[in-house]
Amino acid sequence: METNREPLIRVRDFSLWASSVRILNRLALDVEPNEILGIIGPSGSGKTSFLRCLNRLIDLVPGYRSEGEIVFGGRTILGPDVNVVELRRKMGMVFAIPVPLPRSIFENVVFGARLSGVRGRRTRLDLAEESLRRAGLWDEVRERLDESALNLSGGQQQRLCIARILALKPEVILLDEPTSGLDPISTHKIEESLRKLRAAYTIILVTNNVKQAARVADRTAFFLSGELVEIGPTARIFTAPEDPRTNDYISGRFG
Amino acid sequence: MAGNPRFEQKIVRAVLWTMTGATILILLFIVAFILRRGLPEVSLEFLTRNPENMGVEGGIFPTIVGTLALTLMAIVIATPLGVGTAIYLTEYTWENRLTRIIRFGADCLAGIPSILFGLFGFILFVTKLKLGWSILSGGLTLSFMILPTIIRTSEEAIRSVPAAYREVSASLGCTKWQTVTRVVLPSALPGITTGVILSIGRSIGETAAVIFTAGSSLHIPTSLFSSSRTMAVHFYILAREGISMPNAYGTAAVLVATILMINIVSYYLMHRFTRKYS
Repeated sequence: METNREPLIRVRDFSLWASSVRILNRLALDVEPNEILGIIGPSGSGKTSFLRCLNRLIDLVPGYRSEGEIVFGGRTILGPDVNVVELRRKMGMVFAIPVPLPRSIFENVVFGARLSGVRGRRTRLDLAEESLRRAGLWDEVRERLDESALNLSGGQQQRLCIARILALKPEVILLDEPTSGLDPISTHKIEESLRKLRAAYTIILVTNNVKQAARVADRTAFFLSGELVEIGPTARIFTAPEDPRTNDYISGRFG
Repeated sequence: MAGNPRFEQKIVRAVLWTMTGATILILLFIVAFILRRGLPEVSLEFLTRNPENMGVEGGIFPTIVGTLALTLMAIVIATPLGVGTAIYLTEYTWENRLTRIIRFGADCLAGIPSILFGLFGFILFVTKLKLGWSILSGGLTLSFMILPTIIRTSEEAIRSVPAAYREVSASLGCTKWQTVTRVVLPSALPGITTGVILSIGRSIGETAAVIFTAGSSLHIPTSLFSSSRTMAVHFYILAREGISMPNAYGTAAVLVATILMINIVSYYLMHRFTRKYS
């Protein structure tokens, strides 16, 4: 995928420490617009931490220190001067465990949008419908938008979380093992939505499920112990990996 | 203790049941005792008339007003201060020496006998700041007294809000303050309310801290600077000076009923507010 375009996200020489322990070691990778980048690797390889650096959610916990550069849309996202609120709206995040807020389905979907200044109930209703449709949840909840989001099933909750992100009109969607707690049918529905969403968004999908990366990712990156072992088109990573460790991992020899 | 687990289960159940039963019995006994002696004295006149002849005759209307005014004042001052402190401790700072000092201070404050608060309030508000025996002095003193309870219960309540809510809120582009007001506080509300209700109970029944700071005037308070007598103080004086035991019990019955009512209303309001989506 070598192109002349500027990548949407450019990571160079990026390292992350939690107090004195190095979690990420000199990462270098690009994320292209409108691709699904899968990130695989065993637990503790730094996948989630990397994702949390991208939307600066890592700031919520004290003791982290980073070095190197991450540029998103031509601007650095590191350092104290970055408007993290704006950054987080552009990089929507979906967590491993779906966390609907204790509000109605409707209120959950428009939660972020309301804060970013989307006014008027009619406008918000339209926004909610559009977002829920894109997340593939509209038909299941259209009759009960005012019910508590906590009554939804796990799979529905996770699609609600995706809809909640979409309502913010982000550029990038970060997914942190979004289907790890879901059954195969719910997982299938989410993967389905992701494929559709690729047309309009750039997606970074961290997953513990190697097969999931094979199914949905355009390119796949393999993380191991905080290092990027290999990144490339998914088909090549899964058929002809350059690094023997990648081969060991995807063929299930460890991890 | 080896042996039959079913037998053990039975013993444990019996012991715990007895303990619970004893707790409820004690409570019922006290309430029944007061109401049996006090309720016959309570009438519409008793509730709405001014006391006469030091409280031997007449009603207790001014002490009801005084009690409600002082308690309201204490809650209105202490709740924002306490919840604000709790928010600072939980959301706006990491654990460090300062937070430990604040927490330790709050715990010590909670253990100070109320009469010392009374003395402190007397010296600071009544004499030094020249507020005199007044609702203001008494309310301020009470608010200091209940502050630790409100801080600690609010802190616990805020801490028990899942960290995931904060992450979700932040990831959706909320500032810290928006996260606190829109996500954390609504979820912590039941716990905070419990702390406030406990504090109302403490203020409403307080005598020592109040008698030094709000005085014991039997007139209806007309401003924040009026001296006022609370029901608890009235009861204390009537009983202690042997003025009128029947009226003392009547006052106690009204006091107990008031506390009960405030608790019921608070819980009702809280449930109405939180039931919707949980």
